[in-house]
Formats: sequence, C-alpha cells, structure tokens
Amino acid sequence: MIVQRINTGLQRVPTWPLYILYLMPVPWLLYLAQTGGLGREPIKALEHELGEIALQLLILGLAVSPLRRYVGINLMKFRRMLGLLTFIYVALHLLVWVVLDMSLLWGQMWADIWKRPYITVGMAGFLALIPLAITSNNISVRKMGASTWRKLHKLTYLAAILGGLHYLWLVRGIQFEPMIYMAVILGLLALRLHKRKAPQRV
Amino acid sequence: MANRWTNTLKESDVTPEAAFLNRRQIIAGAAAGLGLGSIGGAAFAKTEALTPSDYEDITQYNNFYEFGTGKTDPAANAHTLVTNNWTVKIDGMVDKPGEYAFEDIMKAMTIEERIYRFRCVEAWSMVIPWNGFELADMLNFAGVQSGARYVAFETALRPDEMPGVRFPVLDWPYVEGLRLDEAMHPLTMMATGIYGKDIPNQNGAPLRLVVPWKYGFKSIKSIVRVTLTDQEPPTSWNKANGREYGFYSNVNPEVDHPRWSQASERPVGGGLFTKRVPTLMMNGYAEEVADLYAGMDLTKNY
Repeated sequence: MIVQRINTGLQRVPTWPLYILYLMPVPWLLYLAQTGGLGREPIKALEHELGEIALQLLILGLAVSPLRRYVGINLMKFRRMLGLLTFIYVALHLLVWVVLDMSLLWGQMWADIWKRPYITVGMAGFLALIPLAITSNNISVRKMGASTWRKLHKLTYLAAILGGLHYLWLVRGIQFEPMIYMAVILGLLALRLHKRKAPQRV
Repeated sequence: MANRWTNTLKESDVTPEAAFLNRRQIIAGAAAGLGLGSIGGAAFAKTEALTPSDYEDITQYNNFYEFGTGKTDPAANAHTLVTNNWTVKIDGMVDKPGEYAFEDIMKAMTIEERIYRFRCVEAWSMVIPWNGFELADMLNFAGVQSGARYVAFETALRPDEMPGVRFPVLDWPYVEGLRLDEAMHPLTMMATGIYGKDIPNQNGAPLRLVVPWKYGFKSIKSIVRVTLTDQEPPTSWNKANGREYGFYSNVNPEVDHPRWSQASERPVGGGLFTKRVPTLMMNGYAEEVADLYAGMDLTKNY
C-alpha cells in the first residue's frame, strides 16, 4: 500500500538535516532585513515573519497525530523536532520584539504585557512552551513517566490557541489570514475531541 | 489665507530631492553639535530640525486599504487608480455647492511646501515634505455657511481600480471628518504633492487631507467629496471599532490605544536597528493646536 511505502520511506529520513533546513530561514531573513528585502520597515517584517513561521510549525506539529489516525501517515519521529523548532522561532520572535521592536524599553514592555491583551496572550503562549521545550528529550520522558509527560505536553493545545489569538488580536479591521490560522488550529484540536476507539490491527 | 504657518525648515521654493539630501547632512551635523549642550527636553523642542524621510520610504510604506492591507500593497496596486478628470463634490452647508474639477481647485489655490511630522496610529512615524494648500482656502472658496460645524470627507470608491475594496476590511467608502475649527486651522492642509512632485497614487492622489497633529488615518486620501454639516460625521475607523478609534484621534502619548502603547514610535527608514523615540503631545504641534481642545478631557475625547 502507498501509505505503508510512505511510512517506510519516512523512517529512513534522518531528523538532523531537517533542523538545519528549517533553521535556514533565520540567516536568510536577517540577510533580507539588512539588504532591503524585507521592505522599508524591516523590524516589523522580521518580527511578523518569525511569528508566522512559528505558527506554521506549531500547526504542523498538531497535524502529526490526526495524520496518523485518519490518514495512516506516520510522522511521529518528526514531532519533537517540530515542537523544538516552534519554540526556537517563538523565542526569536520574542527576542526581536524585546531588542529591535521595543528598543529594550523595559517599562513600556512590562506595561504592554499586562495591559495589551494580544501581548499578554502571546507571552502566555511562550511561557506554556517553556516546560515543553525543557522536557523534549528521552531522559525527561523516562523520568516523568510516559503518561505524566503526555499530560504535560497537552499544554501544546493551550499554546496553539494562545498563538492563534495573539495573531487574530493584533490586526486592524477584518483580515482573513489570522482567521484562517485560527480555524486550522481549532480544526486540528477538534479532531482530538473524538473519543479514541479501541486500537485496531492494520 | 495661505502661508499662515511656517516652520524653521520651510523653503520658499519647492525643494528638489537632491537639495533635501544635501541639507539633511548639514542638519545632522548641526543636530549632533547641539546635542552636546542640550541633552534632555530640548532635543524635542518645537524648533528641532526635522529631517525629511526618504522619498522611497514615504511612497513604498503605506496604509491605503483600498489597495490591500499590506504596507507595500498600495505601491504595488495603486497604479490602476485613474486620477484624470478628477472632481471633488463640495456640498452641504456651502454657498457654492458643486462638482469642482481638480484643475479648477488648483488654479484657485496657493501651493506651498510644508514639512510635517506624520505619526501613524500603529506607532511608526515619518517626516514628510508635502506640497499643497490650506484646507481653509478651499472651504472659503466654496463659502462656508454660518451654521456649519463639521466637515465630512469621502474617499473614491472604485472597485474596478481598487482591488482592496473586494474585502470588507472596512465599511467602504472610507470616510473621515473634522470639526470646522480643526478644518480651518492653519496647519490643516490638502496635499497634492510630495518632494515637489505630484503626489503618488499610493499616497492619496490627486488630493488628500493632512492633519499633522492627528493619527495618520484621519488624513483621508483620494478625496471625492467634502461636505459641510452641523452634525458630527461618521468616520471609518470609529465605525469599525469605536473603543479603539475616536472622532478626534489626536496624537497623544498619554492616551494609549487599547491594544498598544502610544508613548513611543519608531521612525521608518532607519533599518534593522532603529531606536524608538518618545511620541510628542499632539505630534509636536501642541503649541499651535492646544487651544482647540481647551477644557476637553482628552482621555474621553480620544
């Protein structure tokens, strides 16, 4: 079967080159920002690009288990990578905000985190990802036990909703792109609401 | 009534771009020299030398949602706007209502150059050398009747020429308004050029409002209708979200947008390491316009 062939093929793909591949946009975006490729206001553009890539990675990560369950394609071995890359891009997005966008104006940033819902929500999403990034290794799974680890990693769902809201809340007027991201996130979460049937033999 | 306002950088002639560039270096040098002796408040005094933004920054980083919501969409799409045979309907409480040809308005007006700060509600800013005339002159040209208290403005709505209006981002056409005293203020102008050239479509050709002490969205572009009225007119962003955008929308570092701070702004055009600068009360024009709002609570009338 074609799905089986895909799965066998995927098992042969090593993950480390994918890390490099997925991190390529970082130097590329920095190069563009310096050379005018990101337009007249490269700070906002860079911030938005990094945030959008983070959301896309988060969505890819959320798609892994529905893909296995409903389509049969097994991307489980890439899920940790997708999660860690999400964290890296969110962290870079935050770093650009703190250093380049807000010029290290700590007072104004602190006020914004508490007073601006979209920043509050974005920051909460980042905080939710920290324990997940720290425990994204085999030692943590072993130490915590698989079921506790799995419970903790359900925080991904919260982070995804917060990430989608963060984008939705920051645009002015009615714009479709953030709505599409939010719809995809909610759709992928809704697929998980189905009660898991008894495991079937394939 | 023209030439009621000048700033320290006012040139008597329309300044070619090269002269601006040349002068900017002189200003930068002078500012650096002054900086040593005036660390602190004086750096943002009214007489501060304004360095005009690059022509490319002014014309390639725009909010003009009729051509798309991206900052580069207007520059990419606005070429489709036909500005030939442009007319402006001036109606309502005026002595001489009518459909005025743009050329006829221009013939009756005195064109001058004004270098103004421009502060977007999104917390970015530029300095723009506009060419145009005082709005007061155009209103007097049509004859304002005594009962009029407000001026309403309307942008062209042309779905065939404006790809952005297919989407309900805002309730089209874009509309704006001013109180009559704001409209008659010497600072308030109708711009028809930038850097001595005809104003590009993406900046609101052939004529747009410029109210330098208010957030940029008040300065409505590509105007086809001006109506004198005794009622406060509806304004587009206020209709879309009244909690975030008031009728006045004066630049005010002490009154935040509900979703972000207005205390600081980032000048566009400085690249990746541009520092934020403090936003000035009324965008630096407080001295000129404070009287208009005497006794008003600016946190309520935002």
